[in-house]
Amino acid sequence: MSASPDTLNRATGLHLPGFARLSCLIAQPVLTRVVQRIAKRHPSMFARLGSHRTTDFLIDPVELPFALHLRPDPQALVLRAVPRHAAPRAGATIRGKFLLLLELIDSEEDGDAAFFSRDLEVTGDTEAVVRLRNALDDVDGSIAEETAEMFGPAGRAILARLRRAYPT
Amino acid sequence: MSLAELICPAGTPAALRTAVDAGADAVYCGFQDATNARNFPGLNFTPDELASSVAYAHEQGTKVLLALNTYPPAGKFDLWRQAADTGARLGVDAFIVADMGVADYIARIHPGIRLHLSVQAAASSPEAIRYYCENFGVKRVVLPRILTIPEIRQIRKEIPCEIETFIFGNHGLMIEGRCSLTNYLTGQSTNMDGVCSPASDVEYKRHEDGSMSSQLAGFTIDCFRSDEKAGYPTICKGRYRTAHRDDAYYAFEEPISLNLSRLLPELIDAGVHAFKIEGRQRSKSYVRGVVSAFRQAVDDIRAGRQANIADLVALTEGQKQTQGAFETKKWR
Repeated sequence: MSASPDTLNRATGLHLPGFARLSCLIAQPVLTRVVQRIAKRHPSMFARLGSHRTTDFLIDPVELPFALHLRPDPQALVLRAVPRHAAPRAGATIRGKFLLLLELIDSEEDGDAAFFSRDLEVTGDTEAVVRLRNALDDVDGSIAEETAEMFGPAGRAILARLRRAYPT
Repeated sequence: MSLAELICPAGTPAALRTAVDAGADAVYCGFQDATNARNFPGLNFTPDELASSVAYAHEQGTKVLLALNTYPPAGKFDLWRQAADTGARLGVDAFIVADMGVADYIARIHPGIRLHLSVQAAASSPEAIRYYCENFGVKRVVLPRILTIPEIRQIRKEIPCEIETFIFGNHGLMIEGRCSLTNYLTGQSTNMDGVCSPASDVEYKRHEDGSMSSQLAGFTIDCFRSDEKAGYPTICKGRYRTAHRDDAYYAFEEPISLNLSRLLPELIDAGVHAFKIEGRQRSKSYVRGVVSAFRQAVDDIRAGRQANIADLVALTEGQKQTQGAFETKKWR
């Protein structure tokens, strides 16, 4: 039986506040670039969000040392890494393994199926989550690959390695 | 003659292109309003999106069916009238309707466009189906999921229109178009507003022991242990405690999906003209997987080969599947 992500985080020290803060600092410049690029390339997705453009989403990849705070407001876009203990009060929280979340963003996996299997957990404002899901699902192409492309061969290599590391 | 057309769901333009590319013979979709029974937040098409989607589908030889399958409340008929006019202007190939007023309007104003009778009309007898055919020129009926294959075969002999049956997806056995459970709890109507268990009224709660409860309008309708698969937060699939039973139980039906992949040859033989895949609310991933699997299966059957259906159980509600009433009325 494999260890749960929470157990792994505790065993490796990934849950420690200091490590989480450092990870956030490293990740932040990448996240800012990624979200601005995606917003620029896919402006039509914001219409599907309706009033939930100003909702605060907490996207929680369970095995990473930090969560992601997303506010998909095209006027003031926010995507930032936050230590879990310092996460803002979110309108909706989406929780699952990192690659699953990535594949949901890219429609490589089905969100309802992930919910049925209990691999995906949703709390808070369900309408906000449904709108976000539908907005992302109407994006053609792969956001993960677009992101990887931004960082050239190194980005592509990291994405490929990530996919290999998570058997589907 | 049965052509075994594959009728596939599309909740967004990207899903429509996915369905077309995966081999749909026709896709069905709706506008972003109460005129269709999947009026979910962030889902469906603007008129501009439908225009470009119709063009994309037609370039690939795929038909587009517009769902106008809800019931206009008194005084609000204009929304359905406008939707029909817009669909006609954009060149949709058929309208899927449930309400007689909507059917009558389209039959009179847009007589050149096919009318399909939605499952929401719950027409399950030859007499009811013939009424729609004779009075509104309905060309196809989508049968409720309550009939056995011998019953479908018999109905086919007694009606002058094509038959479409669901083959995969939601297994709602409530009398469709008549279900008021959502309305009872939320004040919004599945049949008039197009929303079954509106997301704005749904809340999931995670508990310390790893279990999760689903609530609709503040009422708990199910609680899943950490090792249990989950289902949609609909009242008909809820699990309830009652005085006469020790444990909570599925009072109406359980979370499960229809999968008729093994019955396709029998359905074709019974005279079913078109196979419908449910799931406009599902992702492109679902559309790609399910449409591709059934495209291959239908092509194999048409070519006289044994159909080899990919395993689709991971996409089913509660990760369980059934052949339901199509196999036997004792399915439960």
